[in-house]
Amino acid sequence: MTLTGHTTTRKMLYWGSHYLMIAAFVLFALFPLYWLLKVSVTPNDILYTEGVRMWPSRTTWENYTFVLTQSNFPHYFMNSVIVAGTTAAVTTVIAALTGYAFSRFAFRGKVIIVALMLITQMFPLVMLIAPIFKILAPLGLTDSLTGLIIVYTAFNVPFATFLMQSFFDGIPKDLEEAAMIDGNTRFEAFRAIILPLTLPGVAATLGFVFTAAWSELLFALMLVSSESASTFPVGLLSFVSKFSVDFGQMMAAGVLALIPACLFFLLIQRYLVQGLTAGAVKG
Amino acid sequence: MTLATHAGKRPVERRGVFSKKLSGIIEPYLYVSPALVLILAVMLMPLVLGLSYAFRDIRILNPFSGGFVGTAHFETLMSDQAFLGALINTAWWTFGSLFFQFGLGLILALLLNRDFVGRRLIQALVFLPWAVPTFLSGLNWAWMFNPVVGPLPHWLTSLGLMAEPFNILSDPDLAMWGPIIANIWFGIPFFAITMLAALQSIPKELYEAASIDGATTRQQFISITLPFLAPTIAITLMLRTIWIANFADLIVVMTKGGPADSTQIVASYIFTQAFRRLDFGYASAIAAVLLVLLLAYALAVIGLRRAMTHADN
Repeated sequence: MTLTGHTTTRKMLYWGSHYLMIAAFVLFALFPLYWLLKVSVTPNDILYTEGVRMWPSRTTWENYTFVLTQSNFPHYFMNSVIVAGTTAAVTTVIAALTGYAFSRFAFRGKVIIVALMLITQMFPLVMLIAPIFKILAPLGLTDSLTGLIIVYTAFNVPFATFLMQSFFDGIPKDLEEAAMIDGNTRFEAFRAIILPLTLPGVAATLGFVFTAAWSELLFALMLVSSESASTFPVGLLSFVSKFSVDFGQMMAAGVLALIPACLFFLLIQRYLVQGLTAGAVKG
Repeated sequence: MTLATHAGKRPVERRGVFSKKLSGIIEPYLYVSPALVLILAVMLMPLVLGLSYAFRDIRILNPFSGGFVGTAHFETLMSDQAFLGALINTAWWTFGSLFFQFGLGLILALLLNRDFVGRRLIQALVFLPWAVPTFLSGLNWAWMFNPVVGPLPHWLTSLGLMAEPFNILSDPDLAMWGPIIANIWFGIPFFAITMLAALQSIPKELYEAASIDGATTRQQFISITLPFLAPTIAITLMLRTIWIANFADLIVVMTKGGPADSTQIVASYIFTQAFRRLDFGYASAIAAVLLVLLLAYALAVIGLRRAMTHADN
């Protein structure tokens, strides 16, 4: 009796501190977003006088209606969805192939290719802007969404590759070797056996690349000059520079920009949680 | 099931030994080629072009610039006090951010690796900062540190950490903490996601076997969890160090390197030289130095890791 009582107390203590720490993390993660939301619904005339209040005495949707009906924001938004979505999909496919090769093959030049990829992670991308512009301009790829997608894909492939490789490394080689003995090609084994097991890795990679492309500002700013090809961060910046800085509207636009990111995270959630399916390994 | 039907349709034995051998040699290159082509064209070619700028006088608004200047930029750099200060700030910024991002991220991953009510929702919420565009989060944090419109100085005052509410971003001694805190907020989910994915790929049977053998939770953590996490930790820490050292967005948005250059890191200094003073030649020279330093760091880490794995064997 006393023994079980003791274990129960310990368990309660453990879960008590577990939930307490979780609560602290949630508060830290959400409070800045709450503040963003608060500023976005505060009317301009009390923005400063009630600056430190937890919730303003009056709220307004004016900032949102302005952003949605009188700005180019919906258009920037669509551009960002196209750019970030395509970049994430293409990058993940390329990174899965390369990461698989790094994980499973020993081949001539592998060390050099890995080194090249590591080097790309080491220099300030800022120094590439002028040269990339010079290379893309004659191809008609500046001021276009395609150009941005190509640049973002290249930037994200090295890290995504290393990420995918670490997931492939965690899967026993016997699995595809068994399939190959059964007469399948390696690619068939890769597609039908290994890739489904790395779904959490694929989801994580998609998530990383999507958010990176979604918020990239510098290259979007320098490579695109027309309104029609501008992405969301560039549009957000225009709230700061074009008009007198209207923080309420900017924060409203910011809140709207968070929506696809939230949706995306909720979608890939179950793959992140799922982990490796034990059944597939055993079967 | 599908594999079995495939196997029936295409017996391997029919192929010639030679062509099979050849395709075996070519195969890895087929997997790697899309990535390789892209990286060569969009990153390495521009990199070489960019490095050549370090030895040229390239100022965007000066039509007479463009000539070769040899190592003049590097000589200027050696005596540039702002650059030397930025080097120290870079180390401070990078390791300050990384320590808390990694530590808190690992704790969060361990917390989320247990089953509890509402885990999926909690996970979505705590990962959210990572999806916030850095430009926006920089502005938002700068806003929150401002005593007129933000709550943080008032909280710090009530906690007794501040005599009266003031903006830490305008205090040269404390300013760096502003972007570091914003960076921690932004970076925890990155480590939590990677660590959680690695944690979930550890076979559950190992823990079951260990607890049957009477291993305590702590023993299980040290002899099962940590060794399994080690490869992921090593690679994410190394890549992240370099990434943070190059990450200037938050600093540019929150403090612009000020006050009195107290938050100027090398990456933000490059940005300032290139886009405020439009001196791409000098900016490229600084970038080249940073590149060499980070390369040396990476080689040291890889060498250390290799030495350690050899010691294990």
